[in-house]
Amino acid sequence: MTQTDRVSFERRRLLCALAALPTLALSRPALAGETLGFGELYKSFGVLGLEFSDKVKRLNGQDVAVKGFMAPPLKAEANFFVLTEIPMSLCPFCSSDADWPDNILVVYLAEKQTFVQYNAPIEAQGVLEYGSWVDPETGFVSQLRLRGATFDTV
Amino acid sequence: MRKLILALASATILAGAANAATVYPIDRATILVGSPFDFKVEFDAVVKPEDVKITVNGKDYAEVFGKPAEFVAEEKGAEDEVLGSALILRGLTIGTAGDYTVEVSAGSETQSVNWDVYETAAQPKAKNIIFLIADGLSVAHRTGARIMSKGMTEGKANGRLAMDDIPPVAFIGTSSTHSIATDSANTMSAYMTGHKSRVNALGVYADRTPASLDDPKVETIAEALRRNTRKSIGIVSTSELQDATPAALVAHTRKRADKAEIVGMMLDVKPDVLLGGGSAYFLSKDVPGSKRKDDKDYIAEFRNADYAIATDKAELAAAAGSNQERLLGLFHTGNMDVTLDRDFLKKGTVDKFPNQPGLVEMTRAALDKLSKNPEGFFLMVEAASVDKMSHPLDWDRALVETIEFDKAIGVAREFAEKNPDTLIVVTGDHTHGVAIIGTVDDEKPGDVMREKVGTYDNAGFPNYEDKDGDGYPDRIDVSRRLFLAANNGPDHYETFRPKLDGPFVPAVQNEAKEYVANEAYKDVPGAVFVEGNIPKEDDTGVHAVDDVVLQAIGPGSEGFRGYMEQSDVYRVLADAFALGVPKD
Repeated sequence: MTQTDRVSFERRRLLCALAALPTLALSRPALAGETLGFGELYKSFGVLGLEFSDKVKRLNGQDVAVKGFMAPPLKAEANFFVLTEIPMSLCPFCSSDADWPDNILVVYLAEKQTFVQYNAPIEAQGVLEYGSWVDPETGFVSQLRLRGATFDTV
Repeated sequence: MRKLILALASATILAGAANAATVYPIDRATILVGSPFDFKVEFDAVVKPEDVKITVNGKDYAEVFGKPAEFVAEEKGAEDEVLGSALILRGLTIGTAGDYTVEVSAGSETQSVNWDVYETAAQPKAKNIIFLIADGLSVAHRTGARIMSKGMTEGKANGRLAMDDIPPVAFIGTSSTHSIATDSANTMSAYMTGHKSRVNALGVYADRTPASLDDPKVETIAEALRRNTRKSIGIVSTSELQDATPAALVAHTRKRADKAEIVGMMLDVKPDVLLGGGSAYFLSKDVPGSKRKDDKDYIAEFRNADYAIATDKAELAAAAGSNQERLLGLFHTGNMDVTLDRDFLKKGTVDKFPNQPGLVEMTRAALDKLSKNPEGFFLMVEAASVDKMSHPLDWDRALVETIEFDKAIGVAREFAEKNPDTLIVVTGDHTHGVAIIGTVDDEKPGDVMREKVGTYDNAGFPNYEDKDGDGYPDRIDVSRRLFLAANNGPDHYETFRPKLDGPFVPAVQNEAKEYVANEAYKDVPGAVFVEGNIPKEDDTGVHAVDDVVLQAIGPGSEGFRGYMEQSDVYRVLADAFALGVPKD
């Protein structure tokens, strides 16, 4: 188990303990969101479709933090970026959004932030949303998003 | 003085070129008699329709082609700038073989092109063709697969690959219409249409307008088979079925990335057997995992078109034995995992798609299905990841893919032994800049990996073992292993070791959109930084311009000979099936 895993594990345990207390569960302003890992996005992978995990469904509409890598933006002016599990190296011939891996998260920023070195790991925080969404400006289709997000290098 | 005249003459030619109209099909195009194609003329200037004069062998073109072209007063570029006038005539056919000279003029612009419209033998030579292609197959892949799979003692191979007994019959020139270099779209398109084209283009000549689906079309082999025969058609690949090579049998687009549209083109032609990856483009955009931007459900569409659907190894076996004639096997949302990951290391995405069949099983299933047609079949089998692993310089995975490709060739040869009216073609679509230069020997002294590279007499022989006799090395991380070197690449770290944790990712993009060495390999013991020698916008090793070796055996194989343009291969295939017999 790596150090970061251990931290999030303990944090998860703490959250579970808190959730178990009904009175506290209603008011927990001191807590930022839960963390969500790339390994936790899907319950099942199938040729005829993937299924989101129970954790994604449960956290829909809530604040979550996700660690990953910022992929190079599709268009300079886009107001979102793609968060990937590993640093992306794009197919030289495709130059379309079609060749993304399926485990990506689209991050819509609350306000403009300077893009970072793509090799560097970042943590994005925002409101989780799942379901098909076509970005009106770019036509980019996403299944999983963070809205009103911010990010920090970690 | 003579030099000066030559200089002046070439200057004149260059000046003239600026005023030349462009004609598609291009000069020296070879066109199968009776095959539909689009004729297009692009003028640099805006011209009046009454000023355009086009003759074919001296006669008015509309008379020869049977109908007039549509005049486009102004074609527009990406920035809405005016590109000039154009004429387009879609779906014309020429029913009589011969030399055709097309002369075009309007204002100061002129052009003259010659087409060779050819017919084929009246009688087919072969009933079936199995066209086996390893994407990117270079000589190093063949040599490496043989040494890795069979071993070598005292300079002689300890065994032969299935491909080793198929005669090499031609060197294939792979260059594209606008460049000596090439990609898998225009190369496979040349094989499958008989027309060369531009990088990224499939089944079309690349015109100047930005739209990717309006370029002048040429007929694909699958369309020619549907037009002329009742043969079955099979497409098998380890890549996405919309990827360039499998798509080249059916697709017409300037842009190979039009993968969502290519699925529709597949459905239009309805190949009888389709096996590979790429289900993401068959799913409506609402389904997680989909890569479509619309609501089309192609799984349902193919089902409605009487296809049995298989999604893993077991379903493929069941479907292969069923009576349903058409079969769509989709085994991955994207490209299928490579043999080394699928069957040995369980890396890549094998945890997500654990029951993917391999190329050998897919080839066997396809042959079972297709051979039920008494009229015969055309089957294309692609080992896609020889290329997909050569790009990231993952030579171990590329060689294991080549071994799997060879086993698929073995299946084809078994079939041809029982069905001698079968033509087998084995080739690549383009090459990679790679060579085997020796071995890496961990037992050599010291920690500096570079000093463990054995060259000349010091290379010795690798110590791969195949105790279970499956043709694959039991381990690839043996102590003395093949050392393959790329002659080009991005900045990267050479680790001198197989990548046991998953396919190699040599470079990643930085914020300046430049590819830089992937730091993940920096701390591998003995890794050395290798500075790239191609532009920093290139993420991986690139295709080589070197000729491809083509091998063939069976009826019709005598048509392949010497140096051939990739587009000329089509003519031999068409001849073997007698696809160009004048109708009257």
